[in-house]
Amino acid sequence: MNNREWDGNQMSVMNDHSGAGEPVMKRLSAIHPIVRFAVVASLPLLMLAGCSDLGVKPWERGTLAKPEMQLVSDPVEAGLDDHIYFSKEASSGGRSFGGGGCGCN
Amino acid sequence: MQLISEGSENQKPDRCRTGAALAAATLSLLGTTDAMAREQPGEWDVNTAILFYSETDDRVQAVEPVISATRYFEDGRSLNLKAVADTLTGASPNGATPSDEVQTFTKPSGNGSYEIQPSEQPLDDTFQDTRGTFSATWSAPINRKYDYSVGGYFSKEYDYTSMALNGSVSRYLNNKNTTLNLGTSLSLDTITPEGDIPIGLSTMPVPANISDSDFDQAFDASRDSSDDTKTVVDLLLGVTQVIDSRTVMQVNYSLSMSDGYLTDPFKILSVIDDRPGSNYGGNLKDGDGNNIYLYEQRPDSRMKHALYWQTKHMLENGDVVDGSYRFMVDDWGISSHTFDVRYRWMLGNQYLEPHLRYYMQSEADFYKRYLTGSEYNGGAPRLSEASADYRVGDLDGITVGLKWGYRFDEDHEFSIRAEYMQQSNSGDSGFGKLASQELYPDTDAFWLQVGYSF
Repeated sequence: MNNREWDGNQMSVMNDHSGAGEPVMKRLSAIHPIVRFAVVASLPLLMLAGCSDLGVKPWERGTLAKPEMQLVSDPVEAGLDDHIYFSKEASSGGRSFGGGGCGCN
Repeated sequence: MQLISEGSENQKPDRCRTGAALAAATLSLLGTTDAMAREQPGEWDVNTAILFYSETDDRVQAVEPVISATRYFEDGRSLNLKAVADTLTGASPNGATPSDEVQTFTKPSGNGSYEIQPSEQPLDDTFQDTRGTFSATWSAPINRKYDYSVGGYFSKEYDYTSMALNGSVSRYLNNKNTTLNLGTSLSLDTITPEGDIPIGLSTMPVPANISDSDFDQAFDASRDSSDDTKTVVDLLLGVTQVIDSRTVMQVNYSLSMSDGYLTDPFKILSVIDDRPGSNYGGNLKDGDGNNIYLYEQRPDSRMKHALYWQTKHMLENGDVVDGSYRFMVDDWGISSHTFDVRYRWMLGNQYLEPHLRYYMQSEADFYKRYLTGSEYNGGAPRLSEASADYRVGDLDGITVGLKWGYRFDEDHEFSIRAEYMQQSNSGDSGFGKLASQELYPDTDAFWLQVGYSF
């Protein structure tokens, strides 16, 4: 498989409607990283800012207490996957600490 | 298990369960515990699993058993102990480009060499390692509004040792519908590779066309020290918000600062001849007729910022949708996007959970698939940092998976899952003879996990 062609096909799906035809990643890369981070970071925080009225009463929490509704419902699985992706990608952490921990090949 | 009658009495257990559930979610997001909400004081919650990991083309194979046990005490306190063993064999890309001729590489230890046939991917099959890790985490409430946890981590493999301490505090607000989390971790790692640490961007001596004593002398001259260290400091700020009775959302910001030896001592770069002539695009050779390769060199510090968002929602039929997104940017020039979605399809006491993950990253500023003869500059490289490690290059990855779980009762569950990942790189396609080589092969990995909790 020609990787460059494969990449192009994948990225073209994510083109916006401007007609520029440039992949999203390439266009994002043109923005200063700090500015890009600030913009992306602010969106969910702004969403949460309106959350003061959100929530439930104590007697409405039965569903949320179920094991499958825990944000990390299988920590062993999450830990194994984190280790795999830590070894194979340049990113780590986010959900928890990125840390170090291995001289991974 | 005690059955609770309907009426006002069942509200207190629900509150307790939810508080504990939120605490568990909070602490889990900080990577500190896997406490489950349903456990009672005096009980153990044990999760076991074994992972089989395999990459195609005789690359990395791993077997990884895990056991995690949590003991619950009065007043919401808990202790989690976790042990992981990891056995690795196989081959790993050494960073060099494939070539139209046989290539000879020195083993990282300096003891001998290995050959790669024309147009084959240069894989170093000399590594084999066993890693053991152990971690412990203590979690407890401070009062009705605050929880804390402290933990330690230790891992040891043949040439790598890591120790870490972590701590976190959670603050409950809005009748525990909102939880603020603050966590930090300090990690100290030491690497002691066999054959010592090579000097970054120095030439890798090759034991061909020279005497043993000359090779030994050249190899010693390419070594820096027998070991090196790095420290990693992580900070994590998070908000967990109950949206409604079926939805919970989390947003984390994390900062990770690494200092010290961040280079991979086993990775090298090819030097490609860019002079016009018959060897244009071929490997540049030294005076002994050996190909020239340089050890990679990365910056000695790195600062990463990550934003993580996750939402979990239970549908009316009991199925659960779990979606997350992570944006990461660092001062190496890498930025990445990670999308992850799972759908848990509840089938009575069984469930099926399809999984899809998509990852994309841009390359580091110092990523170079190869160096040219001009950049090599006769042994005085014009670059101060360079790495051909595909993991810091332009990279896309997609993972698809499926998990099946069977619940015997509330405390006993068996599960099995399979995941398939394909990573694809892209970048400079080379010139001359190099342009006909496959510089960016896909990486395909498959893993299978079998788990049992009780």
